[in-house]
Amino acid sequence: MTKSHKKQQHSIAHLPKTSTGITGLDEITSGGLPKGRPTLICGEAGCGKTLMSLEFIIRGATEFNEPGVFMAFEEKAEELAMNVASLGFDLNKLQAEHKVKLDHVHIDRSEIEETGEYDLEGLFIRLGYAIDSIGAKRVVLDTLENLFSGLSDQAILRAELRRLFSFLKEKSVTAIITGEKGEGGSLTRQGLEEYVSDCVILLDHRVINQISTRRLRVVKYRGSQHGTNEYPFLIDEEGISVLPVTSLKLEKEVSSKRIPSGIPALDEMLGGKGFFKGSSILVSGTAGTGKTSIAAYFANETCQQKKKCLYFAFEESPKQIIRNMGSINVDLQKHVDSGLLQFYASRPTLYGLEMHLVSMYKNIKKFKPEAVILDPITNLITVGSVSEVKSMLVRLIDFLQEEQITVMFTALSLNTIVSEQTDEGVSSLVDAWLLVRDIEYNGERNRGMYIMKSRGMKHSNQVREFIITDKGLDLVDVYLGPEGVLTGSAREAQKLKEKTGVALRDFAVTRKDKEIIRKRKMLESKISSLQAEFESTEEELNKIYIEEELKQQIIENNRKEITKMRRGIETEKQIRSKK
Amino acid sequence: MSEQDQLPLSDENVIHEHEQHVFQLRLFVTGASPNSSRAISNLKDICEAHLKGNYDLEIIDVYQQPLIAELEQIIALPLLIKKAPGIERRLIGDMSNTTKVLKGLGLHIDN
Repeated sequence: MTKSHKKQQHSIAHLPKTSTGITGLDEITSGGLPKGRPTLICGEAGCGKTLMSLEFIIRGATEFNEPGVFMAFEEKAEELAMNVASLGFDLNKLQAEHKVKLDHVHIDRSEIEETGEYDLEGLFIRLGYAIDSIGAKRVVLDTLENLFSGLSDQAILRAELRRLFSFLKEKSVTAIITGEKGEGGSLTRQGLEEYVSDCVILLDHRVINQISTRRLRVVKYRGSQHGTNEYPFLIDEEGISVLPVTSLKLEKEVSSKRIPSGIPALDEMLGGKGFFKGSSILVSGTAGTGKTSIAAYFANETCQQKKKCLYFAFEESPKQIIRNMGSINVDLQKHVDSGLLQFYASRPTLYGLEMHLVSMYKNIKKFKPEAVILDPITNLITVGSVSEVKSMLVRLIDFLQEEQITVMFTALSLNTIVSEQTDEGVSSLVDAWLLVRDIEYNGERNRGMYIMKSRGMKHSNQVREFIITDKGLDLVDVYLGPEGVLTGSAREAQKLKEKTGVALRDFAVTRKDKEIIRKRKMLESKISSLQAEFESTEEELNKIYIEEELKQQIIENNRKEITKMRRGIETEKQIRSKK
Repeated sequence: MSEQDQLPLSDENVIHEHEQHVFQLRLFVTGASPNSSRAISNLKDICEAHLKGNYDLEIIDVYQQPLIAELEQIIALPLLIKKAPGIERRLIGDMSNTTKVLKGLGLHIDN
């Protein structure tokens, strides 16, 4: 770097920038490439330099109304047009409209004899003419280094290159110069970075474990803030998209709106309302514990509320999932038909993690769902290390939270160290963590569900038994008996046992009741017989008494009769005397 | 003339009977820059010395006709294009290296 460059003072006003129109690149460079200055894009062969610079020209012409000149030192104009036709760009039409000018520079050492001092004025005239003829604001020189193979006088070339860059600045065009990566750490073979001091972007195409990932890094950007990380980028049918994957701040909007999980009993465990909108939920568990079923229920519920859901399947094909979920009374097909549910299935090994992330990002941007499901994230481990998967998920969660999209991950936990790490790694990121676990007891396997955590809401601390039937999913309270936690048929058996107990007690109770009645009857009969005895005794006693009385009366009567009879005469006498 | 005495050589660039062929030369220059001036005078000297009366030199100022730069694939200037005879040859520079110019034109001199 020359001292004169370093001394350059930048005004406090923002550096004017030229938007590239390439998805994501403008975000990383916070606005685009430095306006009116040259930018160097370097990288190995086949990393997308030409395409990126060509897209810069095409986007400029079509989206920003900035005509551009593309000076190709490698490929012919027709070849270039054909190459980008597959991306839906019509270069020939743009050329006819004078929005783009392609100029193929042919240079062949074998045809040229150097006979003394020369300069590259011809190139300048050519370029200047091309710029002036369409009023170009953007210029690409791809790949300038080819000059070095065509011409041998290095001293002249270097002097002329320096002149070229000041010429470009004079013309106040935003230029991209591409250069092939040199050996031994230098950015370009011919040291072009020496001349371009404003902005250098390095492209990279790496193959790790047979999976290739393209990455981009802004090596330097004088006078501007820029993302310094390596960002993956994707070349697909829509051109290049770079993913500014790491949001540097934790300043996300949060919502206190709740969304149901689709399983009422689960909502009940989560304070009765379900998850927070925009939160991340991890469902982890061992194989066959119903993680996908929980995810499908959630998708189903989301769609039933007329909200869009995007389902990333890394293990099963969409048709397989739809069929399987039909068996638990979840009809996902109708949501697919109505356009509310979209599946996006891909093998994890299809491409690298970063590429997965980029493609997920793109799909989410396009579909704009309210909920996203990743099933399962564990499979991604096959294409990356644990830490890589984690960093990818961090970025995905960041992005989703920014967009206020609820995300549900499923994770398969094996009893190996690796996956436990995944669990832990991810679990600190997620807002809610449901753990579905096998409970093996009494010769059978049953499912138990816990809520390991659920940030910002009251949640149940209980283990519930998680039941999958052909009617759907449900949670029931596990039986906590004297023998511990009982599930499945053991729970049913315990219930039966209790029922028997109740019946026995009922029976015992009735028997005792009867005895009481009997006893009472017995006593009552005893009482009546005694009473009868008493009555008869009383009668007896009374009879004697009456007899006595009768006797007395009769005796009395008799005595009176006798007395009467004796005193009869006297009586008559008395009657007479009275007369 | 010296070139008439020249023996046929195996070199493909050597034109055997060039007295029958007129050398068609086009020299592209940029105004009156030092390189351009030198190139013009050097080339004229060479032509007078080796191709007297048998050449057709056209000097073009690319500044005046910028469109020609793209048509003729011009990068480095000054540029001399030998259109005929034989295959097209391109010579760049101020033509100060006479040997190279002659070789480029397909002329060989026995010294």
